[in-house]
Amino acid sequence: METETVIKTKDLTKRFENFVAVDKISFEVKKGEIFGFLGANGAGKTTAMRMLCGLSRPTSGEAIVAGIDVYHQPEKIKRNIGYMSQKFSLYEDLTVLENIKFYAGIYGLTDKQIKDKSDELVQKLGLQNQIKILVKSLPLGWRQKLAFSVAIVHQPKIVFLDEPTGGVDPATRKQFWDMIYDAAEQGITIFVTTHYLDEAEYCDRVCIMVDGRIEALDTPYQLKKSFNVDNITEVFYQLARKAKRAGD
Amino acid sequence: MRVLKFLLQKEFRQIFRDKNMIRMMFMVPIIQLLILPQAANYTIRNINVAIVDLDRSDYSNKFTNKVLSSGYFKLTAFTPSYQEAYALIEKDKADIVLEIPQGFERNLTRENKQKFSLDINAINGVKAAVGYGYLSNIIQDFNNQIRLEWIQPTSLNPIPNIEVTSSNWYNPNLSYYLFMVPGVLVLLVTLIGGNMTALNIVKEKEIGTIEQINVTPIKKYHFILGKLIPFWCLGVIIFTIGLLIARIVYGIIPLGSVALLYLFLSVYLIAIVGFGLLISTYSETQQQAQSLTFFFIQIFNLMGGLFTPIDSMPVWAKVITKVIPISYFIDVMRMIVIKGSQFHDVLHHILIVFAMGVILNTWAILNYRKTT
Amino acid sequence: MLFGVPVVQIVLFGFALTNEIKNSNIVIVDNAKDMASQQIINKLASTDYFIIHKELLSSNQIDASFKSGDIKLAIVFPLNFNEDLTHTNHAQIQVIADASDPNTGTTLTNYVTGIVADYNAQFNKDIEIPYQINQEVRMLYNPDLKGAPNFVPGVIAMVMLLVCVMMTSISIVREKELGTMEVLLVSPFKPILVIFAKAIPYLALSIINLTIILILSVFALDLPIKGSIVLLYAVSILFIITCLSLGLLVSTGASTQQGAMTLSLVGMMLPTLMLSGYMFPIENMPMPLQILSNIVPAKWFYITIKDIMLKGLGVRFIWKEILILFGMTVFFLFLSLKNFKKRLE
Repeated sequence: METETVIKTKDLTKRFENFVAVDKISFEVKKGEIFGFLGANGAGKTTAMRMLCGLSRPTSGEAIVAGIDVYHQPEKIKRNIGYMSQKFSLYEDLTVLENIKFYAGIYGLTDKQIKDKSDELVQKLGLQNQIKILVKSLPLGWRQKLAFSVAIVHQPKIVFLDEPTGGVDPATRKQFWDMIYDAAEQGITIFVTTHYLDEAEYCDRVCIMVDGRIEALDTPYQLKKSFNVDNITEVFYQLARKAKRAGD
Repeated sequence: MRVLKFLLQKEFRQIFRDKNMIRMMFMVPIIQLLILPQAANYTIRNINVAIVDLDRSDYSNKFTNKVLSSGYFKLTAFTPSYQEAYALIEKDKADIVLEIPQGFERNLTRENKQKFSLDINAINGVKAAVGYGYLSNIIQDFNNQIRLEWIQPTSLNPIPNIEVTSSNWYNPNLSYYLFMVPGVLVLLVTLIGGNMTALNIVKEKEIGTIEQINVTPIKKYHFILGKLIPFWCLGVIIFTIGLLIARIVYGIIPLGSVALLYLFLSVYLIAIVGFGLLISTYSETQQQAQSLTFFFIQIFNLMGGLFTPIDSMPVWAKVITKVIPISYFIDVMRMIVIKGSQFHDVLHHILIVFAMGVILNTWAILNYRKTT
Repeated sequence: MLFGVPVVQIVLFGFALTNEIKNSNIVIVDNAKDMASQQIINKLASTDYFIIHKELLSSNQIDASFKSGDIKLAIVFPLNFNEDLTHTNHAQIQVIADASDPNTGTTLTNYVTGIVADYNAQFNKDIEIPYQINQEVRMLYNPDLKGAPNFVPGVIAMVMLLVCVMMTSISIVREKELGTMEVLLVSPFKPILVIFAKAIPYLALSIINLTIILILSVFALDLPIKGSIVLLYAVSILFIITCLSLGLLVSTGASTQQGAMTLSLVGMMLPTLMLSGYMFPIENMPMPLQILSNIVPAKWFYITIKDIMLKGLGVRFIWKEILILFGMTVFFLFLSLKNFKKRLE
């Protein structure tokens, strides 16, 4: 079955003065995929993602996201993508409901759509009793889930998640991944970076970055088979031994 | 413009939920307006004078009383020796030493002229000049009094005499509050408009919510307007509070049109908030923003003509005063509040500050990058 | 850069700010247009005080001139000025001052009165006025009534304060933040030496700053140093040490660099600017502020600097201020030490 390619990069590079953060990476992501970007801190994952989001201009190479050239029309992509940063950027001094409504409004949903979507989200997250609570009073796990929901409030084609599960316990992480599966089922492509190597198992395909380059790209099953190991962590260690760049 | 509506909703909610900011917004103007004009009071009065009366006659006493009853002077000492009095100047206990020569009354009749010696501490040149002016007038007055008493008035003055009559317009009470309070209010509005705006945006940068905004389809001008409008409103609120305090505490009622004041305020706020925006585009941390604003606020504070006159500054300093918006507002405030200046008087101030606003905001918009 | 800029700023302000009144724009309504009025106008124009901006046609225009902003004074000559003067021996000139800034109004009026009196005096050269009380005036310490003698000593105090309080405290707190302070403290070096080592560079920097400011003031502003230079430096060093100990105190009270900066600026520099006496006259302030000004070290330093530089006085006159500064230093050091020890426990 031929599925649409939603992200396509060719020799995508980002250079900062003398430092090449992302070194000629090329890959494709299909619609509905859960695509994982693994790597140590400083490997270039976040930099690569920021280019795909239109937050950072590539130094060279090509990147097409949702059919739009990232280099020439970064603003046009933004209507079709969602983003959740490491800091789960929600407004801490606004309530749960106010955050949802704000982002929905920013993305151009009509008043009726905003109302419907807010109700739906609140139901799904089980936050009916917390809608008037300021986000700063929400526990970390809830904030994460809220941030993710807000990132896809406008049904984007792709959602980019930058280390979304940092700092929470494994149970909450599992719940979070359930939400990701849900979204993928609805046809939203998930592009997620993480340094939790066990999360690689949750992805359809995994890409391992070392020193700004792609050292491996395949399904978790295939990777384990080709490296002859039984978990992704081992795969990673083998690749990382070649790494020259120290982490943060 | 729907996007703008959502942005503004969020901004105003955030501002009014920030207890610290609200407290500052009310406390800072009140405190500044109450304390600063009390400190910046340049009225020359209570001049300490030490009188060395070597004559101790009827007339020398009359003169001493005249000096003391003028209201400008305080008698620190009445010493018999010049050395003692001079030492008082050295110790900063006296500002002026006045010596009445021995045999003053007697010799004035006999020799037709006498000489008072005045030694004046001139380190503060203005205080010395004004103090001397008062004293000199008293001496001349006293002199004329004596002449009237001792000489038969003739119908024609034998000496050509030019009389200078003087009047003080707009501030007949010579109150420094009237001069300072409007200026301090300008300083206040500038601080709030510039500093608070810059810090607010940089804080968002630090938390990461700016990045989240950058990833949405919001246009640059949406974002800029979304910050400009709320802080502009805050500026107007602070200004209004300030005007009320000026009225209630100091009894200052603008002679000119209050509407004109608000017109200029509106234009000025666009420039100052734009300035805050610009600073935020050059800062990554709140500390950086704070340092940058401190640097500029210092300049505005001291070079705006608030405490020292612009006319007396050297040429290079005058150039600086011409390129900072605050000098224009301080001027306009004083013109309208104290003298009742009208629209055509301040039109060119409005135009210049408007132009500054355009430049600053444009620069900020160009500098602000959604994609780095 | 962060360090040099505020210092440069303060020095620049010291040279730009003055409360002298000169270069004021004035207007003249010359109804007489005769020799006498012209001569007086020429005298006015030839001084530094006035710039004759415009000659108005009638007194009705004076209000509008003032309102348009720049004009500070208007002088009106009556219709038959010279005639009145020569035939009736009495003529009147009207001076109208924009008293928005009271001192400007008063001073400019006094200038005009003085110039007119000067002009007047030439008629009376040969006539003896009966019962004349003459005035012999000496303007001490600053005969040209310049602004620099008042401001520059204040600038010196501010620079010292900035360097020694703000920068020292920020630098010490930075070590606290980075954690290197702890390392230094557990090292074999006694804490006293660590603090000393922090302070010495700023002491040196301040002395250099002082020297630069003095050189600039003496050569560019004609400021005198009447007293002993040795005493000047000695007192300055004492004040520097006072500020350093204040910086130390601030550093014990702040846990972040940002906090140290804010505490220095708002807690130290702002009150110093307001209450040291060079920007605003202390004697005019309400009593509570006057009392408060006594705890500002810069106030005492300002007095001693003026006494040494401008009045040429010696220790005999300033021992009280020196003692106060010394006492303050000891007090600050004592407090700092106490806070320091408390933290270590």
